[in-house]
Amino acid sequence: MSLFHAVTLDKDKCLGCTNCIKRCPTEAIRVREGKAKIIDERCIDCGECIRICPQHAKRAVTDSLEKIKQYRYPVALPAPSLYSQFNSNVSVDKILAGLLELGFVRVWEVARGAEIVSRITEKYLKEKKLPRPVISSACPAVVRLIKVRYPELSEHILPVYSPMEASARIVKREMEEEGYPPDEVGVFFISPCAAKFTAVKNPIDRGKSYVDGVVAISDIFGPLYNVVSDMKESSLLQKSGSAGIGWAVTGGEVRLINEERRLAVDGLNHVARVFEDVAMGKLKDIDFIEGLACSGGCVGGPLTVENPYMAKARILALINSSKNDALPELPAGVSRDNFIWQDKLKVQGVLKLDEDMAAAIKKMDKLDKIHRNLPGLDCGSCGAPTCRALAEDIVQGQADEVDCIFKLREKVTELAEKMVELSSKLPPSMKKDTD
Amino acid sequence: MTEQIALKFDIEQGDFIRAGEASSKIKKMLHQLGFNANIIRRAAVAAYEAEMNIVIHSWGGYVQAQISPDAIIIIAKDRGPGIPDIEKAMKEGYSTAPEHIREMGFGAGMGLPNMRNSVNEFEIHSEIDKGTTVKMVINRTGGVPK
Repeated sequence: MSLFHAVTLDKDKCLGCTNCIKRCPTEAIRVREGKAKIIDERCIDCGECIRICPQHAKRAVTDSLEKIKQYRYPVALPAPSLYSQFNSNVSVDKILAGLLELGFVRVWEVARGAEIVSRITEKYLKEKKLPRPVISSACPAVVRLIKVRYPELSEHILPVYSPMEASARIVKREMEEEGYPPDEVGVFFISPCAAKFTAVKNPIDRGKSYVDGVVAISDIFGPLYNVVSDMKESSLLQKSGSAGIGWAVTGGEVRLINEERRLAVDGLNHVARVFEDVAMGKLKDIDFIEGLACSGGCVGGPLTVENPYMAKARILALINSSKNDALPELPAGVSRDNFIWQDKLKVQGVLKLDEDMAAAIKKMDKLDKIHRNLPGLDCGSCGAPTCRALAEDIVQGQADEVDCIFKLREKVTELAEKMVELSSKLPPSMKKDTD
Repeated sequence: MTEQIALKFDIEQGDFIRAGEASSKIKKMLHQLGFNANIIRRAAVAAYEAEMNIVIHSWGGYVQAQISPDAIIIIAKDRGPGIPDIEKAMKEGYSTAPEHIREMGFGAGMGLPNMRNSVNEFEIHSEIDKGTTVKMVINRTGGVPK
């Protein structure tokens, strides 16, 4: 399996400070030789490190707007969170018209795709028996969090396409039917987050994504702002209603779920706390969980430009002013099965200390002993996020006990004391009789 | 010699803030040792229910996990009032939890049945006004109990 990651490090900018290692929800970063290093197997592309890095050394790789020129018929799939980045003078119609002016030949709203996903989910939950609580698969960082930290919850994941994939599949089919040559159509997701780029490059459920490129909202915002700010009027392009637009904020998905006992949680640490409870069988009263990595939901994505609270207010205003709140039916000729994952989520035990369990137990024993000897300050100076993580790195041969500055200080003190002691020693031939 | 590692956590009566911490740590360790998802899920549920029983019903005690490549053994021992009628206590929905505990969402009478359903071997001993000991074994091979 390839380990593509959208979140990468700009080595020249990295000062080797330890802000990111402390913030990473999967302990996937270490500082080595003065630079942060991302452990590929553990990174879930949530973008927490992008937010925290004071040097802006962590960044998300996405496609540039230039890439749309590689296709004769580029199509834009704007995430509903894009609508929240503009003030209330800029209607959704204007934003969509702006995308067309930037060179896309068609726009297909992911908000619309979200409505279709809600419709499919409703039926799927009725027909299939999944272990409760069912966990939404819409946020790719949350799905990867389960993969890395909560493999025991993989059966709870709703195996339905994300709104992005569903939209891409529908628009590609639509254009093929209209006679566009499939290899000349390029579908571009306009994304609030890095995890979506990873989800496209390295899809969780199938070999290849229907999406051909991902453009960051932060990259398209400037050019788009320029075209929409001069726009007087625009034709009616918006097809989505309040249901789909609501997906941009936490709770937007869950409010369309026809289950009484449902819960929405955002911010990866909060999501992890809920998952911890699910894993222990504690949340018996909940049937459906919407978990979103970013605080506020997708409007808080690391590739957005607007303050997430403003963005949320804008989404709520759009929901309130929308006259359309119905969920659409599937397009004619499209089967619901086309939007269900073909494979189960593959979980890999990335946290295990050794392939051989007996060896892992030995390492664990050693790890515990080392951990007990460390100061427990979790200061991060050694380059690992916690003392426990350092102990793990030591056991795995990737770090040394004196990487801990307190242990080093202890050793230096011991050595100094020894030197003082030795310096007072004289050979017997020179010793004076003190008696 | 088979490799083995043991973890012991003291559990205090009524400590709802820390409740679940022991089970969470046991679960994390099982991940690091490379147990499969199914076994981890069962062990987590068994340990959590045992931990909660000590918090809710006893005067305090401990939860211990002994982990070897063959099996996970979870022992929960408490000092407490004991269980007068174990057969009744094992019935789904039977609970002696007081009202204020139920208001917190606990005490649905599923604790012991959930524990028994998650493990391969289940033993319980209780003595009135002394305490209760539960021993649970989850085998690494041997499948899911009925």
